[in-house]
Amino acid sequence: MRTRALTMRPGSWLVWAVVVFFMINMVGVIGSVVLDSFGTTWFNGWTPAGYTGSNYSSAWNEFNLGQVMTVTFEITFLVVGLSLLLGVPASYALARRDFPGKRAVMLLFVLPILVPPIAYGIPLATVLYKFHLAGSLTGVVLANLVPSIPFVVYTMTPFIEQIDPRLEQAARMCGAPTRSVLGRIIAPLLLPGMLAAGILVLVRTFGMFELTFLTSGPTSSTLVVSLFSAVFSAGIRSAQSIDAMAVIYTGSMLVLLVIALRFVNPTQLVARSRD
Amino acid sequence: MSAISLSPKPESATAPGPTKPALRHRLAERGVDRTLLLILPGVIAMAALFCYPFIYGLGVSLQPAKGGVLGAYKSFFTDSFSEGTIWKTFSLAIPSSIINVGLSVPISYRMRGEFRGKRLLLTLLVVPITLGTVLTAEGILEYFGPVGWFNLTLQKLGLVSAGHPLTLINDYWGVLFSLIISGFPFAFLLTHSYLSGIHPALEKAAATLGAGWWQRFRFVTFPLLLPGLLTTFSLTFVLGFSVFPSAMMVGDPDGKTHVISIETYEQALQNFNYPQGCADAMIMTAMMLAVIGLVMGVRSLFYAGSAGGGKG
Repeated sequence: MRTRALTMRPGSWLVWAVVVFFMINMVGVIGSVVLDSFGTTWFNGWTPAGYTGSNYSSAWNEFNLGQVMTVTFEITFLVVGLSLLLGVPASYALARRDFPGKRAVMLLFVLPILVPPIAYGIPLATVLYKFHLAGSLTGVVLANLVPSIPFVVYTMTPFIEQIDPRLEQAARMCGAPTRSVLGRIIAPLLLPGMLAAGILVLVRTFGMFELTFLTSGPTSSTLVVSLFSAVFSAGIRSAQSIDAMAVIYTGSMLVLLVIALRFVNPTQLVARSRD
Repeated sequence: MSAISLSPKPESATAPGPTKPALRHRLAERGVDRTLLLILPGVIAMAALFCYPFIYGLGVSLQPAKGGVLGAYKSFFTDSFSEGTIWKTFSLAIPSSIINVGLSVPISYRMRGEFRGKRLLLTLLVVPITLGTVLTAEGILEYFGPVGWFNLTLQKLGLVSAGHPLTLINDYWGVLFSLIISGFPFAFLLTHSYLSGIHPALEKAAATLGAGWWQRFRFVTFPLLLPGLLTTFSLTFVLGFSVFPSAMMVGDPDGKTHVISIETYEQALQNFNYPQGCADAMIMTAMMLAVIGLVMGVRSLFYAGSAGGGKG
């Protein structure tokens, strides 16, 4: 192995150099935020002048992070629950039936993924203002459902397609009513897929900026939106406490990601063929 | 008669008239039955939350305060500042998606096989996707800033003089970097999974016939990968085209990176000119769909069949 590694072709060296360069810059981008969040002042030089943990407590108090976190998790879990509730039945029908107009329905579900969030977010915000929903938690949840439902549909449809329909037919043959077929046959088989789709929606909603930004008010902004507003109204606040907030955001995101990767292999979402 | 006897529903025995099957059964043969009702909640939600606002927005955009029905569209294309956003958006989205897709091809080609630490490397590459644009922008502001680590390293290497750091943030480059940082891992993962869907036996067969690595890549792997690459290109293009928070934070939102999403946002929610904002959103959507349509049109020209090995 070792001798092979040393005699790689120049092309391989170049490829690995690009990967390493990208990684170094990634570490730099994340690392400078993390280091700054623990620093006292950092105007120039390689490291901050001194280290302290007080940025976190001041960020927590200044930005009212307790409330922001509560709102963020409320919104995220509501979106996950509702999008699963609306998306899974639709993907079941799409996976099992071939009906006239199926392509139109598929198009309806792919458009919100393709159209930029700002482009449909502006008309959506206008409509939500009209119904006095913008600025409230409901409005933010409704806006976040738009990309989440299609996402659930596109994750779940291939998953349901690979479950053998004969299992349901066999249950019916044995006299199971629809209720038992749903509860005892389909639901347990769908659970892993629903878990994967739910976690992916969770991660996406947690990091969703544009739609939440356009529809949220002071009491309904999530962590990302508060972070963005903090950066934009900087000056009164120290850069360090903004960075502390960014680190809290990344930390929660990473926890979600680690949980997600336990259930989902990211490279197997597209191709289902294996060698 | 045969339609009735083939129907799986037990009610078929009570169907009226032996000559013509009930409407219900004729519909069921085409796939329309009660199961289809399951699709309704999702479709209704999408219609209410996506289609209705879109049509409403189209209506609002056609009722500007002045200039007639198409006034808002005319004012977008006559004002050089707002019209310039098209060029600025494309000059960010196209290079960033070309770089992202262009880099992911050789890297994922190199990483086809199994090797130690592959899962770790893949995990490390997923991290930037989940960081989100806001955190990436915050990091770029500090890392690529005038006194950030990047400029300090360049100074140490003697590439720039001490008093004149490279201006990378609040400029075009900062936004491009943020698009690469959040877009490249995404493009890489997609390319990697498309590539792992191509059976290695195909390349081995070419190698048996005496093809070198370049010929194997050029005539076997690349044509099979091309449809997937075009899909990846359109998805990263969507990311670049709709760039918003990073263009505001690390870019120059009133100048070099005044992209179309910023223009749309400012019109609608800062000037409260909803007709203009909605018109901008419609123009943005139309351009986006035109590019995707073009890429998908090109995609349909290529072979898009099985990339598996073995028989059938």
